Amino acid sequence: MNAEAPPPPPALYAKRKAVFPRQIDGRFRRLKWLIMAVALGVYYVTPWLRWNRGPYSPDQAVLVDLAHRRFYMFAIEIWPQEFYFVAGLLIMAGVGLFLVTSAVGRAWCGYACPQTVWTDLFQHIDRFIDGDRNAQLRLQAAPWGPGKIAKRALKWSIYLGIAFWTGGAWIMYFADAPTLTRQFWSGQAAPVAYATVAVLTFTTFWLGGFMREQVCIYMCPWPRIQSAMLDEKSLLVTYKDWRGEPRGKAAKGSEKPLGDCIDCGLCTAVCPTGIDIREGSQIGCITCALCIDACDRVMGQLGRPRGLIDYATLEDSEREMKGEPATPHRKLIWHPRTLVYFGLWSAIGLTMLFLLGTRHHLALNVAKDRNPPYMLLSSGEVRNAYTLKLRNMEGRPRRIRVSLEGVPGAAMWTDETARSTSARTLTVTAAPDQTMPLRVYVAAPAGTASQPLEFELEALDREGGEASYHTRFDAPGGD
Amino acid sequence: MANKRIDEPTGTETMGHEWDGIEELDTPLPRWWLLTFYACILFAIGYVVVYPAIPLATRGTPGLWGWTSRGQLAQEMDKAKGEHAATLAALAATPIETLPGKPELMQAAVAGGRAAFRVNCVQCHGSGAAGSRGYPNLNDDDWLWGGDLRTIETTITHGVRFPGDDATRQSLMPSFGHDGILSAAQVDDVASYVRSLAKLEPAGAAAQRGAATFAANCVVCHGAEGKGSRAVGAPNLADAIWLYGGSHADVVASVTNAHAGVMPAWGAKLDPVTIKMLAAYVHSLGGGEASPQTPGTANVPAPVK
Repeated sequence: MNAEAPPPPPALYAKRKAVFPRQIDGRFRRLKWLIMAVALGVYYVTPWLRWNRGPYSPDQAVLVDLAHRRFYMFAIEIWPQEFYFVAGLLIMAGVGLFLVTSAVGRAWCGYACPQTVWTDLFQHIDRFIDGDRNAQLRLQAAPWGPGKIAKRALKWSIYLGIAFWTGGAWIMYFADAPTLTRQFWSGQAAPVAYATVAVLTFTTFWLGGFMREQVCIYMCPWPRIQSAMLDEKSLLVTYKDWRGEPRGKAAKGSEKPLGDCIDCGLCTAVCPTGIDIREGSQIGCITCALCIDACDRVMGQLGRPRGLIDYATLEDSEREMKGEPATPHRKLIWHPRTLVYFGLWSAIGLTMLFLLGTRHHLALNVAKDRNPPYMLLSSGEVRNAYTLKLRNMEGRPRRIRVSLEGVPGAAMWTDETARSTSARTLTVTAAPDQTMPLRVYVAAPAGTASQPLEFELEALDREGGEASYHTRFDAPGGD
Repeated sequence: MANKRIDEPTGTETMGHEWDGIEELDTPLPRWWLLTFYACILFAIGYVVVYPAIPLATRGTPGLWGWTSRGQLAQEMDKAKGEHAATLAALAATPIETLPGKPELMQAAVAGGRAAFRVNCVQCHGSGAAGSRGYPNLNDDDWLWGGDLRTIETTITHGVRFPGDDATRQSLMPSFGHDGILSAAQVDDVASYVRSLAKLEPAGAAAQRGAATFAANCVVCHGAEGKGSRAVGAPNLADAIWLYGGSHADVVASVTNAHAGVMPAWGAKLDPVTIKMLAAYVHSLGGGEASPQTPGTANVPAPVK
């Protein structure tokens, strides 16, 4: 064998380096506090808000009532037939993410994403139990002993408590919150409620407590999509290398000119995903801007201008390097792509609002009997049978007039009234917030041919409302 | 094999064979995979022990728990029966005429009747109860024996012309042509008359000749105006509904060789509650008639025999 063996190839697997971000205060940290408080508040409080809908409907402001197939959101009530409203909301959420990305970059990742909010929360618990970054690093390296076990047990119990509370709050959106809470603790809730809480407790505990930044870097598709959406006009957390480099601590008497970066490492110490922003824009950067807070503080202490790390577009960085003035913020946010997204987003929103405002709270479906398609009566008349489904989407009983359109000479009656009462119209009372089945027989004189038939509904209350359904009247000899 | 060696970049042993210089690493299975595999083996052993598993000559091993799919079905059927018990008991205690006054019970009866109809009745009457030639349509308003709840129940219980049931609906039309009671020409004339009653033919000379024959032979059962009689199940000849066809040839055939359709007496096969539910279902199909009421006692059901 020859003496020189080839060097071993580099390992393909990178082991995770645990991240222990250091506490930092600053304007972006305070903004994060505010957004976290609002986001968690909305999540935990919303199911407990009440909204009076009268005696026939639940009084929970936001409720996804799967059992009764209703979706309530404050004054809006959506039936399964109107699910396109929910689809519209989801599309708005999607376009909204594009809009935010095009306006202010990865702000969703940095501030509002649940993974970010819960990871941030858990990292504060780490600091609360174990101390700040250095203490955490020491504890991590320390051998297992009573002290470490106690601290880990306490910390993980708090994780578990928060995780359980997170899962517990989720199921409140699907049933009356106070009732479900009572049922949950007395063991009477549906098995699916316990299963959901268990699954969400586990995912919160695992993703928030242990996976953390790996979710953003390896698991989440959104950073990939975002990196395709970012361009030289996007707001990014940017290290201005033209100003900072060459970095280093000025040694006394050294003649070597140095940049503004003193290589203190604070920007990497505070980073919740453990990256070095000075390496440039990268997928691990969720643009939480904590490194801006850190660097601004150091620059302030050194008496140098702030903004060595700053929200800036690549385009502006270059302009600034050449000494040109930066683009005003207004222009950074309102560029053509943002306007297109905003237009699209508002168009969907306005269309939905318009549809919501003008929708009828009355609907009709008709299923014609096909076996047999028609009946000959002893008088020679032809009878067809239909099952009408009247949907009264108001939370109160309504008088509704059903009438026939087409088929001259035809008259109808129901399975609860006698043939002798047959007429071109009939009036029924539809129960509140329900679909009312109505069995209707229509008889037409002998010799009537097959032809189209239309059922029409008209609500007889002050609000009114109409609906209709086109069907057929079948007769012998027809097609 | 002889050629096993440690592959340097990976540090893993090779399988020892090579094709055109291509070798295969003997990479051990991941531990999680092995553990899952062993867990599956343990589960399979437990499964074989507690569940029926190994097929033998006549039946399989029963398993410790004694579970069978047939037993589970029986359990579920028992449970369903238990759930329906209260409704069935209420139905059994309710005279059929009073059902329309109890909408919930009526609904349950119609639903139960629909299910029983699918099993017992569709073979002749069709899945939509529309019948076919010789098998009456149950949706229409034409009833041979009567269309109120009690009458339908009686017809289902005792059947029509069913040998072996003393209370069965009984009547027989003579085969006028076949038995030589009427000549072929007379039958033809009667057919013309009958069709003129239903306004299918103009009342011509043949019909006028047939009228006399009809009066002599047919009015006993079918009535002077041909409106039929429910007491003997004689069909109404003046309406638009023809069980055996309304063309001239069809009517001639019916008069020549009389029809005598048979329906089984279901009282011997089905329990009274099922029959009650069937009657309610048939009644609900759109042609049901109101129960007869004695004047002055509007809401009191007819006396039950």
